[in-house]
Amino acid sequence: MTGSLPKGILYGAILVAGFVAPILFPGYTFSIAGLWVMILLALTWDIMGGQMGYNSLGNVFFFGIGMYTCMIVQVGLFYDVAEYTAHSGAVNVHFAPGQYFTGLTLGLAAAAAVATLFALVFGQLILGLRGPYFAIGTLGVALSAGELFGAWPFVGGGGGVALPTYPGEPDDRAYFFYVLCMLLAVAAFAFLKWLYSTRFKLVANAIRDDEEKAEAMGLHTKRYKNLGFAITAFFLGISGGLYGNMIGFIEPLEVAYPVVTFGIFMIVMCLIGGKGTLWGPVIGATLFHVVRQLTWTYMLGWQWVALGGLIIVSVVFFQQGIVGWMQEKWPEWFGIRVDEKSSMDDGFEAGTAKKEAA
Amino acid sequence: MEAIIKCHGVSKAYGGVIANEDISVEVPPGRITGLIGPNGSGKTTLFNSIVGYHPTDAGSITFEGREISNMTTQQISRLGLLRTFQQTRVYKRMNCVDNMLVSVPDRDDAFWSMFRGYPAESTRRAEQLLDFVGLYQKRYLTSGSLSFGQQKLLEFAMALMREPKVLLLDEPTAGINPTLINGLIDRLKRAVSELGVTLFVIEHNMPVIMDLADNIYCLANGRLLAHGRPDEIQNDERVLNAYLGTHHGSEAA
Repeated sequence: MTGSLPKGILYGAILVAGFVAPILFPGYTFSIAGLWVMILLALTWDIMGGQMGYNSLGNVFFFGIGMYTCMIVQVGLFYDVAEYTAHSGAVNVHFAPGQYFTGLTLGLAAAAAVATLFALVFGQLILGLRGPYFAIGTLGVALSAGELFGAWPFVGGGGGVALPTYPGEPDDRAYFFYVLCMLLAVAAFAFLKWLYSTRFKLVANAIRDDEEKAEAMGLHTKRYKNLGFAITAFFLGISGGLYGNMIGFIEPLEVAYPVVTFGIFMIVMCLIGGKGTLWGPVIGATLFHVVRQLTWTYMLGWQWVALGGLIIVSVVFFQQGIVGWMQEKWPEWFGIRVDEKSSMDDGFEAGTAKKEAA
Repeated sequence: MEAIIKCHGVSKAYGGVIANEDISVEVPPGRITGLIGPNGSGKTTLFNSIVGYHPTDAGSITFEGREISNMTTQQISRLGLLRTFQQTRVYKRMNCVDNMLVSVPDRDDAFWSMFRGYPAESTRRAEQLLDFVGLYQKRYLTSGSLSFGQQKLLEFAMALMREPKVLLLDEPTAGINPTLINGLIDRLKRAVSELGVTLFVIEHNMPVIMDLADNIYCLANGRLLAHGRPDEIQNDERVLNAYLGTHHGSEAA
């Protein structure tokens, strides 16, 4: 394949830049980590929203479930969770380094497992819904989860809870979570790159284009929808667990279930970059994150207006997104081309003869 | 030769409207059987009954000797009995090759089958069939960018990809450029002779169906009006009346 070498260089350059950037610009570590989180949110939203045509407004549900699950495991392994949360984590507790890293590892694993489990359970309820009903159904799940967790004292209620303190220097802590956020986004990208080369992608696209036809053709559409939802939840669960620890303090509405911020951002990023493509969410997330950081820095007070303007302009004038626009402009780059040959050299007759011989 | 599809006394009503009444037809294997009749005479309803799209009110339908009138569309399609639609249903944002590949049925129910790639032979078969219907050159274009007639050809190829025993075609030439119709007739005949597919075809274009079919059933007002070889049907007084309306016209007058 031509282009595999430049692609390898591109991937390598991104990885190296990813590791080096926070060392070169230590003041921006948290901000760039946020970029990797955004890329993950966009990539996972696109599995259902872009590839399968199921627009979810409530994916942050899995993010929050992962965050709380991770916290409960991290604390619960060594202390009484109810007592800990009753003091918002402000009691004099100490996590030894061994305890901290054991708790974090098991917490993230549990976050992935529990989020996936919730996806399979809720999938039974809401994956039968189509179009706007699915969107509203998922929104309802995320909104009510935020309220429920806010009314649940065991996990800190509306007041929130602080996470165990990282056993080390603040700069080490920042770089540690930065690398984890980056590795998670890279792992999700690599996994989806592979997944989109399998039967999953074709069936997902068929469901997007004409689900009734796909059913009539005998495809097991329900299994593919469940699988897509579960993969989304798996990565979002881990991401939530990581993000909670990176922030250091979690509360239900703004951090764990941020429906109107992250919940909307992940969709906008896919729309800007081009949904239903592998790179679209990555490009969209990067652009969106940069604009967001700039407006928060230089247009404070107007930042939401600017961001809203960007959303409106992209949705009204640029629906296909950056990668979608490139596909229209340079279709041959994406393999959309007319073959010069009008028919096969060893056409149909050769094929049937071979089939009969077999 | 034993018929591959046998309908015996099939009736279907929508509310008070009788769409099919006591219809019996037989489709012999390895041949092309035609189904004609004026608009609203119940042709598509009969197709829907055969593929299990809706339950019938009375009568029996067998496929290879097995009763199928109580089966679902998915079960029937897995037996190798498929239909195409008057309106094309292709996956519009996928390219032609992907449309073909996704039509390969889920052969087994193993969980890991969802993560499999497609073997080279499937891609090759897809390209051969696209070549067969004349879409080889455009195989990497999204199917939504093809003309209506080309989308119909693609849908025909997608059905062939599933290696059906019988294909029910609902107006295959409708919307196809007249200059391409002869090519299509040739391909339908070759699908029978070279792939061993049995065809049951609804068609409004009389020269086409007379050329294509070995025997023809004619419906009118939901009932079976006539059955015979093309030349018999062509000269049948009742068929002419049904199409030209003189029979009903004189009754009404």
